[in-house]
Amino acid sequence: MNVTTATQTQPSGLPTAGKEKVVVRGLDFYYGATRALKSVSMSLFDGEVTAFIGPSGCGKSTLLRVLNRMYDLYPGQRAEGEVLLDGENILASDLDVNLLRSRVGMVFQKPTPFPMSIYENIAFGVRLYERLSKSEMDQRVESALRRAALWTEVKDKLHASGLSLSGGQQQRLCIARTVAISPEVILLDEPASALDPISTAKIEELIDELSGDYTIAIVTHNMQQAARVSRYTAFMYLGEMVEFGDTDRVFTSPRDKRTQDYVTGRFG
Amino acid sequence: MKGATTSARFSSRKRRNLVWTVLAYASTALGLAMLTIILATLLWNGVGGLSLDVFTKTTPPPGVVGGLVNSIVGSVIVTAIGLALGAPIGILAGTYLAEYGSKSRLASVVRFINDILLSAPSIVVGLFVYQLLVVPVGHFSALAGGVSLAMLGAPIMVRTTEDMLKLVPKGLHEAASALGMPRSLVIRNVAYRAVLSGLITGVLLAIARMTGETAPLIFTALGNSLFTVDPRGPMSSLPLIIYEFARSPYAEQQKLAWTGALILTFAVLALSIAARVLSASTGRK
Repeated sequence: MNVTTATQTQPSGLPTAGKEKVVVRGLDFYYGATRALKSVSMSLFDGEVTAFIGPSGCGKSTLLRVLNRMYDLYPGQRAEGEVLLDGENILASDLDVNLLRSRVGMVFQKPTPFPMSIYENIAFGVRLYERLSKSEMDQRVESALRRAALWTEVKDKLHASGLSLSGGQQQRLCIARTVAISPEVILLDEPASALDPISTAKIEELIDELSGDYTIAIVTHNMQQAARVSRYTAFMYLGEMVEFGDTDRVFTSPRDKRTQDYVTGRFG
Repeated sequence: MKGATTSARFSSRKRRNLVWTVLAYASTALGLAMLTIILATLLWNGVGGLSLDVFTKTTPPPGVVGGLVNSIVGSVIVTAIGLALGAPIGILAGTYLAEYGSKSRLASVVRFINDILLSAPSIVVGLFVYQLLVVPVGHFSALAGGVSLAMLGAPIMVRTTEDMLKLVPKGLHEAASALGMPRSLVIRNVAYRAVLSGLITGVLLAIARMTGETAPLIFTALGNSLFTVDPRGPMSSLPLIIYEFARSPYAEQQKLAWTGALILTFAVLALSIAARVLSASTGRK
């Protein structure tokens, strides 16, 4: 399948560079009878950070939750259209969603450590896919925690409960857990909105470091955050993809009136 | 003028407040008094009978010094059978209701039937098992007793398991699923673990209920004055022997009934307290 043709159906201001990792084409999403996404088209570029912005209820989290089929957990929710991951349609009904989720990881708004030790929080996910010796697992846990900039803070208490960490640490543990199973794409659903400014800064640094190795999509309510961390920005409004392009361009010279009103703080 | 009515209304409200407060305290005191009197009576009448004999000798015929060892061991065995049969069914059915069935029609039917079973008269359950397992076999058995206890214990565990699993935050489910964890693993490794002490509480409450039941055992385990651990034959248990000896005209047997009641009550009390402590620790997390 020729993925480059996807850009033809995208809204105004399409980005110029990069290989497309995920291509969304004509995506409709329904919560029961309510249509929450209206023929959305856009792409995530390989190794780049893309921010989804827009007012509450615009569909940005919904779009994110399509990319790893999280909506599958809830009967009554369905997606129509095409979402291609490396050219393969992930909306196909015969697709193994668990395998998909091992390739497309997700971090949620509220930190969600599992009720087990810090070490086990990470090892648990790894064990789903790989059989590692004790020392290999130790290494994997350490490298995941280092990647998530958490190692120095927890290395002496790996067997303490994951719930004993602070909110910011818990969120980095969740990122470590996601990174440990080596996904290709990482979805971040407002990962810092429940955190204090210092923890937020750490998460943003972390996103910066992870980009390059991973294709990242981040939903955020915070426009400064979108501007700081992302290369591309998608502005959504009432279930539509209004504008999608280079972050600098979207914030400095938006082409759509609605984007302009939103990024200048006139609504939302 | 307005000031006067306001203060009249205010003082009448204050009086009513006082009346209801006193009533609330009084009912609490009454309830607690009952419990205290029961425990005190049991201690008063039962402690005297506590001796090594109680735990080493079997239940005696009239005029002989005996103990309760066959009843105590019987109670443990019959309850253990009830638990072994009831706990898997209760926990798995509760898991179905909370995780798989949820809002389906089958689940609401199961939930409704379970609620009926929860309040089913235990004598009816005993008679049912009598028809099912005693009549065809031709004799009473501890196994049949265990089955009837399982039918009383399982609905409790169904309910507590469902309630507990519903407390697991949706976010935890999503986070585990987001790692690509299949649903059964999410439930076993994350959901169960998150509410483990709550699940154990449900099991302890079910044990407490089963340990104290008499009626379902009358038609099933029957009772046995000999020491036995064979579940295929009739077996004694504490509630049965209390029922039997309490009606006995012989003072020695009445005394043993009191001692048995004391042991049974404090065993159930200990289980309930353990359940309370555990569920308090779930609440804190």
